[in-house]
This record gives sequence, structure tokens and C-alpha cells, in this order.
Amino acid sequence: MVKGKVIEGIPASPGIAIGVALKYEKLKPKILKKELKEEEVSGEIEKFLMAIERSKSELRKILTLAVEKLGSKGAEIFEAQILMLDDKTIIDKIIERIKGEKLNAEFIIQDEIEKYIKFMQSSGDDYLKERAHDLEDLKNRVIRNIQQQKWLSRFDTSRIVVAENLTPADTILFSRNQVLGYATDLGGMTSHTAILARALKIPAVVGLKEATKSIKTGDLVILDGYKGILIINPEQDVVEEYQNKIKRIAEFERKLEDFKFVPAVTIDGRKVTILANIEFPEEVNEALESGAEGVGLFRTEYIISNGTIPEEDEQFEEYFKVAEKVYPYKVVIRTFDVGGDKIFRDYHREDNPFLGWRGIRIGLDKPEILLSQLRAILRASVKKNVWVMFPMVSSIDEVREVKKYIDLAKTQLKEKNIPFDENIKVGVMIETPSSALMAKEIAREVDFFSIGTNDLIQYTLAVDRGNETVAKIFQEFHPAVLRLIQFVVESAQRAKIPVSICGEMAADPYATVLLVGFGLDELSVTPKMIPEIKRIIKTIKFKDAKRISKRALVFKTQDEVKNFLMKELKGIIPEIEI
Amino acid sequence: MIKKEVEIKNRTGLHTRPAAMLVKLASKFKSDFFIEKNGVEINGKSIIGVMSLAAEQGSRLILRFEGEDEEEAAEAIVALFESGFGELEGLKNEENKNGQGQSY
Repeated sequence: MVKGKVIEGIPASPGIAIGVALKYEKLKPKILKKELKEEEVSGEIEKFLMAIERSKSELRKILTLAVEKLGSKGAEIFEAQILMLDDKTIIDKIIERIKGEKLNAEFIIQDEIEKYIKFMQSSGDDYLKERAHDLEDLKNRVIRNIQQQKWLSRFDTSRIVVAENLTPADTILFSRNQVLGYATDLGGMTSHTAILARALKIPAVVGLKEATKSIKTGDLVILDGYKGILIINPEQDVVEEYQNKIKRIAEFERKLEDFKFVPAVTIDGRKVTILANIEFPEEVNEALESGAEGVGLFRTEYIISNGTIPEEDEQFEEYFKVAEKVYPYKVVIRTFDVGGDKIFRDYHREDNPFLGWRGIRIGLDKPEILLSQLRAILRASVKKNVWVMFPMVSSIDEVREVKKYIDLAKTQLKEKNIPFDENIKVGVMIETPSSALMAKEIAREVDFFSIGTNDLIQYTLAVDRGNETVAKIFQEFHPAVLRLIQFVVESAQRAKIPVSICGEMAADPYATVLLVGFGLDELSVTPKMIPEIKRIIKTIKFKDAKRISKRALVFKTQDEVKNFLMKELKGIIPEIEI
Repeated sequence: MIKKEVEIKNRTGLHTRPAAMLVKLASKFKSDFFIEKNGVEINGKSIIGVMSLAAEQGSRLILRFEGEDEEEAAEAIVALFESGFGELEGLKNEENKNGQGQSY
């Protein structure tokens, strides 16, 4: 056996786990055809009905856990399964067949449900094909309950779960145990396992391809959720190295605890507001617990599910939930930023989606979508802590047009006597070079700016950072980017409107000093970075930050900028390599 | 017996929510209700059946009603199809494949 074999996957949830592997293989129930004696028939039907009830109660438990951990949207799949268990037509048909054919329930269920699974699989629609998996899962659950085996979902000691793939139900159930980590052959960043592992703060690596082939139950495994690797049966020195790393990280995190709930004020008294970027309402708690003073970016795309945009009422409930939780802090709600590489693939194709129909362009072309979202956002603003923001603005015309729709949405609500915040703050994302260069003019039309650095960099440098071939030249510290940011901040300051930044750059410790120095009022970052960002701000002087950022603007290349920052910030930014 | 032909108007087809709405409505009537698509007929009061039809937008279905309240049933159910199951003009969602699909 090769000691310390390393396999690479996708880092799905950060953290490091060292532990014994538990290989989880899904039991496929064995189904034999068995003839029944006349007197066995009623007992068999009884068994079948009890299995349905037991399956329902299992799924209700899973549903509760899932709602708790994923929110009602993420739990939808279990609701659908429960609904299917209520299918009286099929239940009656199965009972009738058990009676008529005098065969065991498992066999009849398998035979009857398989037909439907086949129909579904033959669909051209991916969504419906996926539902075939749900039905298959459900069928196996009922059969297992007839055979009265228990699926393995509890185990005694701490384990790293290794599986080909985990269904949402598996992941939810496992999470009740002492799971140290998840490692799966399949899946990506947005797979159920990945999303759930992050929510549960359990390290996970997915997309490992050959994890189940290379690992046996009982193997010692190191799972590195930062790098996205697994080390199988590592040498002792590697184990020790990782144990030290775990200690260092824990120590660092303990230190950061002290910075969570203190305001981010520089030594010389400049206050910067630290906000959180969130994607789901469920993340609000984590954000507040990490010390966020509000939500600087609430993405709303998550709400578009299975091809449908929910009605205004449902949207309102989602947005209001967040607004209420964040209160008295504010939440900046961004309208749908769909398009590009994200959505519409099925029927809307573009050669160049990032330069295509996305963000506010879609909203303006489909006013019914925009208006219902605006009404929902307005309704959620009754406590006066909601701001609304538009993505992908590239000209002042769009800003003006969008404002007309806000007025229209307000009028529509007034006609129905529905309350909202009449003075809701309206802002735009500055994420295209054109909007950055027109920042002075746009600033006069809106109440605030939020700089989206990811897209701003991508569009300014003409680099798709998802494209490995060119990802290297995606440079956060490119002088052109820094100059644009500086110009946007200055324009906002002249117009006396607040300006924040909500791209990943805001969470880069080196960039923090630079951004504070430029004069940004707010930084909006992923929740887990909040204590670290606060710590840095509390360590510096605004005076120095201003000097550093001014100086940084004179360099001609990213390397020059970086070298300069590294020298200046030595001792302020800890050398922690994770 | 009444036969009606309908077309699926809502973009997402007969997925979970519309299927549940349809079955719930159909179950209120005493009449039998069947749906046929491409020569396959299923019981319209069965959610598994309805979902397995995998009826996408634009699919044409033949609805068959039989029983004492078949007229009312046909009227109500055809109206539900006509309304596109109350769905807003939806957008087709696809999980982002490269994972890092958030934009700022």
C-alpha cells in the first residue's frame, strides 16, 4: 500500500479533518418474487401500509431537519416525496395487485413504480429526470421499511464519511452524528452535500472521482477542505503537520473572537461599517453572529427555483424575513442578477453571455418580473431598513428607467393601501467600466453605490476568471482597477452618497487597508471574514491607510502594487497560511 | 364521457407544484380523470402518475373525464391548464456548474 496517497477534488466546505474513514455504500434492496398463501395476503397489505406510514414519518423528520438547516426552499424535495407517499391511486393499485396476484409487496411495488421511473427517465427535461431519482429513493425507502432494515444513519464514533454521492436525505441524517467531514466522488460547489456541509460548518471535499475506490472503511484520512484534497493513510509526520495546522487555525480563530462584536474603528478614529454578503435568508444568523452590522448584499437569485420565479407574495415573505432579522441594521437587496453563465441556458443561448442579456437588462426587458420583485422589496421595507440595488448597470439611461419602475411600483402599492418605506434608498452596483467612468453623473441620480469588484475586474481587464487559461491575469491589484475604484469613491464622496464594496476583494486583508484608505464607508464581505477584517481595521491608522492607498495608485503593475503593500503591511497582516 | 385536449402553457411543465395542484383539484370530483400523452394514459388523480408523464411546456395532453360530475370537473381542470397553473412567466433556472457563479 502506498502511504499518503493524495487525491484531489473540489474544496466544498473549509476546514481540516483527520479521522477514520467510513465508507457509505447505499444498500440496494434485494427483491425476490415470493408467492403468498391466501391467509398471508392481508398481513402483507398491512405490512405495506405500515411501511408507507413509517416512510412518511421518516421523511417528516428529515423535512424538519432540512427546513431547520436549509430553509424551506432547500427542503422542497422532501415535501415532494411526502406528497408522493400520499398517492392514493397508486397505493390502491398496489393493494389490488397484491390481492389479485398473491405476490409479495416488495415485488409489486418494484414492478409498479419502476414503470413510472422509466417514463420519467425518458423525459427530455433534466428537472423531471432528477425527479426520477427522487421516486427511486422513495421506492427504496418503502421497500426497506417493508424489509425492516434500517439504513445506516447513526454510528458511534467520529468518522469521515466517504461516499460516491450523498442524497440530501443522507447528508441531513448524517449531520446528526459526529461527522468529521464529507468526501464524495461526485458533486460540485453547489451540490447538496457542499451547500449543507458549509451550512453545518463541516469540512468537505467533493468531486474526488475515485475516493470510494481508493479508500476503505477504517483507513486513516486527512481531509483538507481548504485545498480540496484527501490524504489516505498519511505518514506520521504529515499527520503531525496537519494537527499543528488545526491548532494554529483554532488559535487564530479564538483570537478573532474578540473582534467579532466591536466596531471597526481605526486607531485614529475612522469608523468603517462591516456588512455581510448573503445568498440565503438562513445565512443572516451566521452573519449577525459573526459581527455583521447589517447585510450589504442580499442576492435574490436563490429564489428562482426549478424554473419559476415565485409570486410577489412569496418573494415578499422571503425578503421580509431577512429585513426583520437584520433590523435595526439595514439590508441591501439586489434585484435578480440572472443571465450570463447562470440561467436561461435551456432556451436562451448567447455566444457571449457575460456581455449579453443579464442583470438589469433583463429586468428592463421584462418589466413584469422587475415590477413584482420591486413591489415585494418595497413591501419588505416597512421597517425602513431595506435598501434596493440594481446589478449590471452600464449607462445612466438604465438608472433613470429603473427609477421610473420604482415609482410605478410605489404607485401600485399605494392604490392597494399596502404600506412601504416611501424613502427607500435606491442604489446601483458599479461593476462595469462604463458605470465607473460615469460615476460622477450617476452619483447624482442615486442614493448609494456598491462596487462589485469581481465583475468590475472581469470587465475592466477583459478576463474571465473562470477560464483557467487566462485566470492568472485576473488581477485584483491591477492599477487600472485601483484607479477606477478610487474614482468611484471620490465621485460618491463629492455627491455625498455612501459607497460600499461587495466583491471578494473587500475580504482580502491586503486590499482592506487600501480600500479603507480610498475612503470607502462600508465593506461587505462573506460572514466568516468579518472578525479578521475588523481586526485589521482596528490595527491601522486611517492616516496611514490614506497614504498607502494614494501611493499605491502610482504603480504601473500589479506586482509593484503588491510588493509595496506587502512591505507596508508587514506585521499588520499575519502570515497565516491555510 | 368528456374528452378535452389541452396544451401545457407554463414554462416549467407539470413539475411538483402544478402536479400537486392538478391532483388536488381532480380529487375533489367524483368522476374518474385520465390524462393521455403520446399514447400513454395515466390516472390524473395520481401525483406520481402526473409527474411521470414528464409533460413539458408545449406538450399536448388529452384529458378524459367520466362520471356524474364530469362536466364540472372538465371545466375546472381545463381552466387550471389555461391559467398556466398560476405561474408567473418564469425563468429557467439551472444550477451553476462552475460553482463560483456568484457575481458582484
